[in-house]
Amino acid sequence: MSDKMRMKLRIWRQKGPDSPGALHDYELDNVSSHMSFLEMLDVLNEKLIKEGKEEPIEYDYDCREGICGTCGVVVDGVPHGPARRTATCQLHMRTFRDGDTITIEPWRSEAFPVIKDLVVDRSAFDRIIQAGGYVGVNTGCAQDANSIPIGKEEADKSFFAAACIGCGACVAACPNASAALFVGAKIAQYAHLPQGKPEATRRALRMIEQMDAEGFGNCSNHGECEAVCPKGISIENIATMRREYLKAALKTGSATI
Amino acid sequence: MSKLNIQEGTPLQAHIPSGQVSDKWDSYKAGIKVVNPANKRKYTVLVIGTGLAGASAAATLAELGYNVKSFCISDSPRRAHSIAAQGGINAAKNYQNDGDSVWRLFYDTVKGGDFRAREANVYRLAQVSVSIIDQCVAQGVPFAREYGGMLSNRSFGGAQVSRTFYASGQTGQQLLLGAYGAMMRQVDAGKVELFTYREMLDLVVIDGAAKGVVMRNLKTGELESYAGDAVLLCTGGYGNVYFLSTNAMNSNATAAWRCHKRGAYFANPCFTQIHPTCIPVSGDYQSKLTLMSESLRNDGRVWVPKKAGDKRPPGEIPEDERDYYLERRYPSFGNLVPRDVASRNAKYVCDEGRGVGETGLAVYLDFAESIQRLGRKAVEDRYGNLFEMYERITGENPYEVPMKIYPAVHYTMGGLWVDYNLMTTIPGLFALGEANFSDHGANRLGASALMQGLADGYFVVPYTIGDYLAGKSPVKVDPEQHEAFKGVRAEIQGQIDKLLSIKGERTVMELYRELGLKMWDYVGMSRTEEGLTQVLQEIPKLREEFWQNVRIPGTADGWNKNLEFASRVADFLELGELMALDALHRQESCGGHFREEYQTEEGEAKRNDEAYSYAAAWEYSGNLSQPVLHKEALEFNDVKPSQRSYK
Repeated sequence: MSDKMRMKLRIWRQKGPDSPGALHDYELDNVSSHMSFLEMLDVLNEKLIKEGKEEPIEYDYDCREGICGTCGVVVDGVPHGPARRTATCQLHMRTFRDGDTITIEPWRSEAFPVIKDLVVDRSAFDRIIQAGGYVGVNTGCAQDANSIPIGKEEADKSFFAAACIGCGACVAACPNASAALFVGAKIAQYAHLPQGKPEATRRALRMIEQMDAEGFGNCSNHGECEAVCPKGISIENIATMRREYLKAALKTGSATI
Repeated sequence: MSKLNIQEGTPLQAHIPSGQVSDKWDSYKAGIKVVNPANKRKYTVLVIGTGLAGASAAATLAELGYNVKSFCISDSPRRAHSIAAQGGINAAKNYQNDGDSVWRLFYDTVKGGDFRAREANVYRLAQVSVSIIDQCVAQGVPFAREYGGMLSNRSFGGAQVSRTFYASGQTGQQLLLGAYGAMMRQVDAGKVELFTYREMLDLVVIDGAAKGVVMRNLKTGELESYAGDAVLLCTGGYGNVYFLSTNAMNSNATAAWRCHKRGAYFANPCFTQIHPTCIPVSGDYQSKLTLMSESLRNDGRVWVPKKAGDKRPPGEIPEDERDYYLERRYPSFGNLVPRDVASRNAKYVCDEGRGVGETGLAVYLDFAESIQRLGRKAVEDRYGNLFEMYERITGENPYEVPMKIYPAVHYTMGGLWVDYNLMTTIPGLFALGEANFSDHGANRLGASALMQGLADGYFVVPYTIGDYLAGKSPVKVDPEQHEAFKGVRAEIQGQIDKLLSIKGERTVMELYRELGLKMWDYVGMSRTEEGLTQVLQEIPKLREEFWQNVRIPGTADGWNKNLEFASRVADFLELGELMALDALHRQESCGGHFREEYQTEEGEAKRNDEAYSYAAAWEYSGNLSQPVLHKEALEFNDVKPSQRSYK
């Protein structure tokens, strides 16, 4: 863990959604092990701007504390990189060694088109939530919060599902580019709560229909999603989603199983 | 004052309803005009920002029947920085039966704000806090619960009752996702139209009222115009003036600042909050600072070595050579003193050479005693995710060695001046959440930002906007053709072209970092007349250098993060000057504004109520260095101002 590392970087460059992309090679000296991964890219960009030969690399980020879900690149083939339960912004260079070559690519999925370089468009996720990822009543004049007791175990399960940050790493890791973990987490959050129960059927059917319409693939239980999820969202949520979907389909007879 | 040569304008009226403080909001609601349900759909409200304030306002206004256009800077509304709030949200529910009440929350907030907040607003905030929790639970926000199924509470910095609701260390995330869900439901219903990747670059004022906005589409680079009957600015605070802060990288002041230059007064810009528990700076490549929730102070003990220059590892320093300085100086509040007090004391001990870590700019936050008392499992249940986050960033395990923490800029109490209706000095332009100059006075209490953002969006603006819109004809302008829109677009285009044409030698980040360091050194935790006078000379020079020597790569016709940042930094370079001027003019210490010249013998902030019991609202005069000062006198009828004491 030297404090002045030299890194070789292979980074995906792509001008726009319809342009072809390719990996470009860069070298960077004096990388401190305390730097975050994105700070390392910041330093590279400052160098590129100073040199003026090539435009800086575009990558998306916001909070840089692992909660907003904006950042995310594939590092050496693994979404968010080698550290478990860690978003790209919280990956630190102490994970790497002097002289390492690091390959950096965007999320790969038909449903997440590349905007530029490492930035992808994940608006498909918003459209899935729009289809039913909420309690479907006005809540401005609700009953007292403690009037519906919810046991700690169920409340905790709901919370662990709700902790999803919507980064899309699950999709990027899945060989089928499935969004089952993302959708399952939202469906499971409500499945563990009394709130929103009356519309559980509609929620499951509509969200899954939208997921398919966006071009995400099917889940075939690889489990890669859970392995790369920075929040450790469990694939049990996918099982919960299937149960909810099955119940909904049997109830309405409207969906093919 | 005369020495500063500040031009003073007419005093401001906040339109506070008459009557007892506890009756004001109810009598206000009974007396306002409302828009008929069938007419609400004729009005369009533009909501800028999708954090707690923006998402909650957009959802609620759409539920009421208004047409809402919602804009966010990111790829999704769920990215807004409210998502990062960790600790919790206050509400006067008194579920713990420990003596809490609306009155006590009101009292604590006015006192915690060091008597620089508006009583009537704070009382209303405390009142509606109760409904916020009901609403969020009804939305399915998974708050922490007891085994019996009831909601769990904890106490939080500065409060002596347990009134904070939380969802592990991710309360902001869960509340935001609740509001985001409610808003997406309205997107589905066709009542909210969502625009992502849009950055507001200006406000359009027609016949003296806010009637539209101009946005830059960050994906295509195009300038887009939108007309509406009212504009709600929910764009957060300006903590990123300091370059390093706990704010998200995209948090910025541009929307608020450009509204200021169109006529909205900017109030108390020098009231900034420095949060005591952040992970210390490690190097000059650093891009942001990470906050550790101050809920950690419930069980962590803050200390430094008694001896200056003691470089032994913490485990080798015996108990009697440690100084638990907060417990020593403030026996009744101990480690739970308000944020400004905790931050300043950390600075003092580091100034004395007793700081720890490589840089000497850190203090310990030690959990050894709690782990012994409660067991590791209990500590893990409470703070597990925070401990993990700390270890990821620093490589150290806080179960084994004390955390190292240092203060960092976290929140800005100042912002656009608003009256009781949350309306700025531009009719039809409202400011909500951190973007307004807020209910927190000179210092915000922990777990009160989430409360205020949701109060403004769910419960205040849905009423006050009706009073504004009732009786007005819905806007009928074509934003493509109208002269006012065309003029604003041309100005923005001119600025973008200018920025790209400079092609100088210094990067945006270099200049930004330089501004941030100046702000931290001179307009940070501790301020002096000398330092402020000096920085007021330096900022305009830096601004000049920016406009002559900045280098922005790429073009304006698509995604260009450097161009986005350049336009924000251009505004920070102007706002920074106003912050310094406000800090220089306020010749007293209060809350987060600490002037070294004005302190008690014990080193606490010393207010001057006779001269400065007002909100300072600055009007843009056309000359950045000579704004006009408008005062809103603050009256304290219900909480008598006293010297804050947490002894």
